[in-house]
Amino acid sequence: MSHYIPPFHEHDLDPVEGRTNLIQTAPTYSELTETVAHPIEHPNNKIWWIFFMGALSLLGLFGISVAYLLWEGIGIWGNNVPVGWAWPIVNFVFWVGIGHAGTLISAVLFLFRQKWRTSINRAAEAMTIFAVICALSFPAIHVGRIWLMYWPLPLPNQMDLWPNFRSPLLWDVFAVSTYFTVSLLFWYVGLIPDIATMRDRSKTAIRKIAYGVLALGWRGSHRHWVNYEAAYLLLAAMATPLVLSVHSIVSFDFAVSQLPGWHTTIFPPYSVAGAIFSGFAMVLTLMIPLRVWFKMEHIITIKHLENMAKIILLTGSLVGYAYAMEFFIAWYSGNPYESFAFVNRAFGDYWWAYWIMLTCNVVTPQFIWSKRIRRSATALFILSIFVNIGMWFERFVIVATSLHHDFLPSSWGYFTPTMWDVATLLGSFGLFFTLFLLFVRFLPLIALSEIKSILPQANPHYKAPKTGGDSVSKSATGVVESREDVPVRKAPRDTDSVSAKVVVSDASQAIDVRPPPDKGGGQDPPEGKTDASADKATEDEAEAEKADAKKAKAEKGDAFTFKPPATAKSGDKPSDDGEEG
Amino acid sequence: MAKRNKAYGLLAEYETTHDLYEACERVRDAGYGAWDAHTPFPVHGLEKAMGLRPSIIPWIVCVMGFSGAALGFLLQYWTSAVDYPLIIAAKPFNSYPAFVPVTFECGILFGCFGAVFGMFGINRLPTLYHSLFNSERFLRCTDDRFFIAIEARDPKYDREKTRELLESTGALAVEEVDE
Repeated sequence: MSHYIPPFHEHDLDPVEGRTNLIQTAPTYSELTETVAHPIEHPNNKIWWIFFMGALSLLGLFGISVAYLLWEGIGIWGNNVPVGWAWPIVNFVFWVGIGHAGTLISAVLFLFRQKWRTSINRAAEAMTIFAVICALSFPAIHVGRIWLMYWPLPLPNQMDLWPNFRSPLLWDVFAVSTYFTVSLLFWYVGLIPDIATMRDRSKTAIRKIAYGVLALGWRGSHRHWVNYEAAYLLLAAMATPLVLSVHSIVSFDFAVSQLPGWHTTIFPPYSVAGAIFSGFAMVLTLMIPLRVWFKMEHIITIKHLENMAKIILLTGSLVGYAYAMEFFIAWYSGNPYESFAFVNRAFGDYWWAYWIMLTCNVVTPQFIWSKRIRRSATALFILSIFVNIGMWFERFVIVATSLHHDFLPSSWGYFTPTMWDVATLLGSFGLFFTLFLLFVRFLPLIALSEIKSILPQANPHYKAPKTGGDSVSKSATGVVESREDVPVRKAPRDTDSVSAKVVVSDASQAIDVRPPPDKGGGQDPPEGKTDASADKATEDEAEAEKADAKKAKAEKGDAFTFKPPATAKSGDKPSDDGEEG
Repeated sequence: MAKRNKAYGLLAEYETTHDLYEACERVRDAGYGAWDAHTPFPVHGLEKAMGLRPSIIPWIVCVMGFSGAALGFLLQYWTSAVDYPLIIAAKPFNSYPAFVPVTFECGILFGCFGAVFGMFGINRLPTLYHSLFNSERFLRCTDDRFFIAIEARDPKYDREKTRELLESTGALAVEEVDE
């Protein structure tokens, strides 16, 4: 049972809902807990430290760049008239965009009842928070005099002045800080039950105290869960318009101005699509190596990657449409400045940046139409890197090309970054990866309580057979949910490996036992074969079996032989034989 | 066990959500009030089996969200049109269309505070100590086991009868937990 992961089966169906199971290995609850807790409790320190040292070095570079900036002023960057907004704002918009996928996965997919979100939402939310931290640091240092950062806040001050609420830059302050706060709360609320799991597994005093305090004394009470779920649903319902508003407001920074190239009404939707596009690309960039590193390929399956790839394809195509529409409007408006701005964008001084952007953002995602590519983790990883690069260039193109040719040719210029621009950008990646590596080292990467709740056996209508264990038989007499007309087979369904295959229908309840691989013809028999061998195993239930054949559910590759309950191995853990009196 | 002087109540352990669901229905029908189910994840529909009323969180969020939006608008109106009116870009002092984004963000922010801190308040979190943490087997509550706890303070609580009821619901084990 070590790490065999059977390939995807179309017929791995949920016995109650009849839909394809997301977690194909049919793990038990405790197996999931083990998988998720493993990287925290038995970290592969060597690899982690290598990555962490790398990230920390980049973070050091960020620290040095920011320190030098504060000492010397923003003259160390390449920003200058006419390109007054350059890399810092490009980086800000880039990081905010990346920060959109987390909330989209958590909130929008939650509202749409997309269960596949549960495997990736925790990591994506963490990514969101860290990306927004990186994003917030750029406007903060871009103001130059960081000690006056409090000016945009409506605080009473000695000048008796208030901020100008008609400015999109001020809307930005409110939007991004609200987004950060809400994302953080959403993430933390989701983490509470999983931190409680870590608390209950803790062996050392430090962990017990740390996780214990963070878990707030969570004890899985259903009276709590009712309020918890209501709060979570409402957070999702509020975060959905929030996530759409945040990037719209960020794009207002540009769209509300009077500058050709920025002053377009398409900006808000186009920026939101771009943000989701880049955010999902970053999720893929992070999750594809992580799922291999932490042996979570059965939790974050190819199906999950494929779903994300489809969203990338959709939003990438939306972005491509927006690029085309900008050109159409530039021509259709009849405004010579507007037309010039866009011709200059594609064929002017920054033509190279424009075509990098177009190739990465419009051409690259089209490969996802191919099923082979979107089901290949390696191909998706490479694609996602291109999308990340492309989306950075998109913001660069918007900022730099619109500014560098001002209305008068005498004020034309060309922006070139300095080494400090590059150092700050690289450093921000250091900040991001340092935080992310700390997260994967100390907090559960997968939303455990959520992923457990999408397992078939989590549904109270899923009737599992009773175990052959002693503790059950001594207390369960008379209330077993068996029906008299169908004989209930007792299969040893212990908590460490569910080996019995369970098929439930309205009419009858039957247990289907997966034969050992040699008997069933290989580890993954096709549907017909599963049925045939199932009949062999449960001859007396052949009729009921056939009715349910379409719901047959293949199981894990572990060899398992069906035994009568008397000789079945006991499923009890030592803690189960506790006192009864 | 001899040292026990006061009991918090009885704790029954179940292996599946199905067993728990049916057991909850039995406990509910027996008329208990001070009891609870403890699960590693939200078991959907269990509130019906337990006879719980819907959460009041939506009302808190509604009130908080709208007050947040109102406060956000008032802040902008008061600072721009009352306390220090300034003519900016020839706009009216109360240029309310420009105040929409901040009003909206304040509404969302306060609504989320209402959801999260309202949930903490109703659930009385943080409660770092709870009697159930005295039980060894309760550690699996956050892993893979399901529990019902009936508290001793319930008027219908009777050490023997309650234990019989819980044992008859298919519990793997029933245990008395210290206060």
